[in-house]
Amino acid sequence: MFYFKNSKLSLFGNSKNLEKDIDEFVSILSEVGLSFKLIVKDFLSNATGENFEQRIEKITAKESRADTVVKQIEYALYEETLIPDARSDVLRLLEHLDEVIGMYQGNCYRFSIQRPDFPQEFHADLLSLTDTAVDCVETLCLTVRSFFRDVRSVRDNAHKVTFYEKESDIKSSDLARRIFSSNLNLDQKMHLRYFVEKIDGICDRAEDIADELIIYAIKRSV
Amino acid sequence: MELTIILFLFGGLFLGWSLGANDAANVFGTAVGTRMINFKTAALVCSIFVVLGSVISGAGTTETIAKLGAINALPGAFACCLAAGSSVYLMTKAGLPVSTTQAIVGAIIGWNFFTSSKIDYSVLTTILATWVLCPILAGVIAIGIFTLVKKIVFNSKIHILRLDAYTRLALLLAGAFGSYSLGANNIANVMGVFVNISPFTDIEITSFFTFTSTEQLFLLGGLAIAVGVFTYSKKVMFTVGNDLLKISPLSAFVIVLSHSIVLFLFASEGLSNFLTSMNLPSIPLVPVSSSQAIVGGVIGIGLLKGGKEVKWSIAGRIALGWVVLPILTMVIAVFYLYILKNMFDLKVVF
Repeated sequence: MFYFKNSKLSLFGNSKNLEKDIDEFVSILSEVGLSFKLIVKDFLSNATGENFEQRIEKITAKESRADTVVKQIEYALYEETLIPDARSDVLRLLEHLDEVIGMYQGNCYRFSIQRPDFPQEFHADLLSLTDTAVDCVETLCLTVRSFFRDVRSVRDNAHKVTFYEKESDIKSSDLARRIFSSNLNLDQKMHLRYFVEKIDGICDRAEDIADELIIYAIKRSV
Repeated sequence: MELTIILFLFGGLFLGWSLGANDAANVFGTAVGTRMINFKTAALVCSIFVVLGSVISGAGTTETIAKLGAINALPGAFACCLAAGSSVYLMTKAGLPVSTTQAIVGAIIGWNFFTSSKIDYSVLTTILATWVLCPILAGVIAIGIFTLVKKIVFNSKIHILRLDAYTRLALLLAGAFGSYSLGANNIANVMGVFVNISPFTDIEITSFFTFTSTEQLFLLGGLAIAVGVFTYSKKVMFTVGNDLLKISPLSAFVIVLSHSIVLFLFASEGLSNFLTSMNLPSIPLVPVSSSQAIVGGVIGIGLLKGGKEVKWSIAGRIALGWVVLPILTMVIAVFYLYILKNMFDLKVVF
């Protein structure tokens, strides 16, 4: 078989493994989002028992697995000098996606530790905001997958991420406005607003990454 | 074999060495410089295929060089090679992308002048036209291949990592083809002037196969190129690779392939005979510049992307090289021939 720089890999074997690793990593991001949606739903319906904590533990395990996969990808890309022209972009992208997983995990722990007291009247809005945030990241996952396989559709998918981010901005502003115009104490209002902002922050980060992806895609298409 | 013969052949071997050191970088420079392919792999593949190309397909272009000037004395051939080597060195120092092809042609014309031999102007015109055609053809082929490759890559929706693996394989295959074409096309520059005065004799290996004296010369020249590849091309490859960093590995593959096709077209006797048998105009078998074919490919892709990144000054400098280098080499060759004849009392023509 052909021998390449610093490696004695068969020509395509290692590429296939790395493809699987990248796919797995993106899948973890997607799954963590879906779990986060269930956790918020459980929390608001007061289902905060053992099952609730188990879901959070699962997210932690997935976050840990994501870190391991990223490290594997990083070592392989550098050691085997793969995709020299796009390597730094890919590694930066994976690091930023890992941050989104971290944001999901952080929000879960905030719900578990701080137990914010959301009155019933805000539940639907908070769930809707959470749905939008998760949809936003789901679309980001599609954009990431298209970056690796179909660079021409990156812009279309990234545009949808921007759409969800704007939706999230509207929903979070409306919810914050409603929270502050309610009769709750100021400390509670600020506590609830903190959670709203943290969930909205996921969309902001997703949009930043989508913007980066557009640039990476332009670089790849040249 | 006499020591003087070895000494005179050394001129050609030196040219071969410098060809290997510099032109191997055209074939594998980007791949090695961007670390897509290991230097040892590149050098091994390059050496094997350069030797194969030289021995199997080197005759066509050599015949054209021989038509231009039938050098019939070893000191004359030595002076031509030394003049070519000297002028390439001077022009490279001046930063002009020149080639041994243009140098050796200038040297042969110098020999013709010095010995009052007739110049075949139809051959000379063909050679000059081919030099201009070479980068243009490389550019056109690069545009065609790049458009096709881009379409295939986008439509196949292939994963970036698998594309990377395919590109490495493609670079290796294109490099092997490029090395073969380089040997076939450029061995005439290295050994062409020695063909009429080859010190070797034909060796009959079987009743069907004879290892001719010309093939032995080409093998020697090919080995000199290979030595150049192994001993000195690494540095040049990394320089080329870093200079061309803005070119993606896929573009590099297209450029190397178009370069290889052009060199092959101008070296393939089989293709030329086939076209003649089909009553089509045949392709002249002329040694062309590997460096200029590469630059032609780069400009072609640059034009396809809108032409903004094309450095037209480089194209101008290439055109300058077509005129300046042969004239300079001609003058140097006449000077060396004069010294050999008058100071060392050597016969430069019979």
